[in-house]
Amino acid sequence: MNISALIAEDEPLLAAHLRSELARLWPELHIVASVEHGAAAVEQALALRPDLLFLDIRMPGQSGLEAAQAIAEDWPDGSAPPLAVFVTAYDQYALQAFDAAAVDYVLKPVQTERLAQTCTRLRAALAQRSNGAAVEAALGQLRGLLGAPGLGAPTATPVPLHAPKLAVIQAGVGAAVHMVPIDTVLYFEAADKYVRVVTAEREHLIRTSLRELLPQLDPQRFWQVHRGTVVRADAIVTAVREDSGKVTLTLRGHPHKLTASRLYASLFKPM
Amino acid sequence: MPRMSTALPAPTRADRFLRRGAKVLGLGVAISLLLSLGLGLRLATSLAYSVPISLSCWFFIDGGRLLAARWVHRHGDTPQRGWPGWHWMSLAIVLGTMAGYAVGQQIGDLLSGGARAPWPIIENPRHALAMLLFSLVPALGATYYFFARERLAASEAQAQASQRQAAETQLRLLESQLEPHMLFNTLANLRVLIALDPPRAQAMLDQLIAFLRATLEASRVGQHALRAEFARLADYLALMQVRMGARLQTRLVLPSELADRPVPPLLLQPLVENAIKHGLEPKIEGGRIEVEARRDGDSLVLSVRDTGVGVAAPPSTGSAFGLAQVRERLATLYGARAALTLAPADDAEGGMLATVRLPLES
Repeated sequence: MNISALIAEDEPLLAAHLRSELARLWPELHIVASVEHGAAAVEQALALRPDLLFLDIRMPGQSGLEAAQAIAEDWPDGSAPPLAVFVTAYDQYALQAFDAAAVDYVLKPVQTERLAQTCTRLRAALAQRSNGAAVEAALGQLRGLLGAPGLGAPTATPVPLHAPKLAVIQAGVGAAVHMVPIDTVLYFEAADKYVRVVTAEREHLIRTSLRELLPQLDPQRFWQVHRGTVVRADAIVTAVREDSGKVTLTLRGHPHKLTASRLYASLFKPM
Repeated sequence: MPRMSTALPAPTRADRFLRRGAKVLGLGVAISLLLSLGLGLRLATSLAYSVPISLSCWFFIDGGRLLAARWVHRHGDTPQRGWPGWHWMSLAIVLGTMAGYAVGQQIGDLLSGGARAPWPIIENPRHALAMLLFSLVPALGATYYFFARERLAASEAQAQASQRQAAETQLRLLESQLEPHMLFNTLANLRVLIALDPPRAQAMLDQLIAFLRATLEASRVGQHALRAEFARLADYLALMQVRMGARLQTRLVLPSELADRPVPPLLLQPLVENAIKHGLEPKIEGGRIEVEARRDGDSLVLSVRDTGVGVAAPPSTGSAFGLAQVRERLATLYGARAALTLAPADDAEGGMLATVRLPLES
């Protein structure tokens, strides 16, 4: 079997080293791409469909974890998503989160014996990857990491975890500021550096990222259902699970349907 | 000798109360010994009177102290907990001694079986007044003793607390400068370079050593020359350049007439680190850092500028400790004569500009 891998590491020397160590330990492994930031990792992974991902946690733009999430969510239906191994130098939070979610990780400087262990485990995991339970287990691990603090890319203006919750969204429209009560918001959708705020009547654009907005929303009422979508739970009428594992959501008072990714599908279970 | 770091458990209120009681009891015994020796009274009799009088004087004076302290505390102007001030305390001592003397004497009568007039103050005011005055002396002495001890204990506790705080601040400073993520990434790069390019690995190791030495010394050395400050920043930036490659460009500008000016060591380090961490690291194509020193009238102006992602809003948490630490050091050393400002750089290249302004002393 021809196994392929993608390496995402922003430090050129460390990327070269990981490549050469893997070449020594696992000669049949084919490195299809070596990229320097998260967005490139997503793009290349979706285009080249490798079996394995080696992702540095701290990278410019998108973190390794955010890249893993995007790859898992956008991976075409019907084939098993790649197995991810995280690489990090030293991150107290990251290590705690990895241990909690039982995710495989490699510490920098990469030690040969440790990398050999990881390779052995990856070979075993690849053998049963087509098995549905294994895919679900990998998604479960990723899910476990997503809520952990300190794993995102460092933001210019970090928001404290327990920030006060917003009651009103202040959306600028020309010279005016529209005051949008949070109870009228149906969902938020990430759009590049903006967030679209959708109500039953209209939508607004606010100049913030979903990552910065999220800690300011009440998690009981606003559910993240996709890396780019946060929906008000009581605005959802029905949730229908598709064969792919994704969930289609219909909304009260709005014709648009939303999709919850497989990572968040477990939110929608009958009581 | 190093101080013992294991602190004894602080005595509780009940402990302190019992200890004071034992001391008052000792005082009562001492007074009765003095009386029986000096005035030739029978020891048993003088014990029967002076011990209850001492204890009940203590009861009333201490009770008066607590009541007065609570009252003063409620009215908002108390410098020390449990202490109402000497003017209130004098009143408590006089009234407390009178009440304590009267009650103690009744108990003494009961104990010794001596049948006396029930309230001697009324029967024989002059004798009673003399005894009262006599009792005031130990009451005053004991009160002063307890007061001094409490104050000593309080100031010791305060000294310990401030010592602990200073140690914590220093530790946090060190932790922020020796950021583990930076250190381990640098070591990871070094490990690769050792096999790949030994001379370059050696140069990198020298830079790391210089940086580590400067960091550890910064908390001990008061000042160093601006030349040394720039050399340490160059070491740090060279380490970061090995990691970031072409994504990090640097430019350091130090006019030679300013090179010998003294500055607090590694003052600019947190600003350069912020510029990399929040400005250039998140930016995919990277950018440039410029560190510059210049003279502006009587001021030395040091600026750290990056062409990174910048910030939409003024920085809140995250980088706050680094900035707060620079501000704190400036305030301690120069008061209002120094300042740190952080603002978006006002040209097309974007990014942030941090400026430190120091008095230029001749």
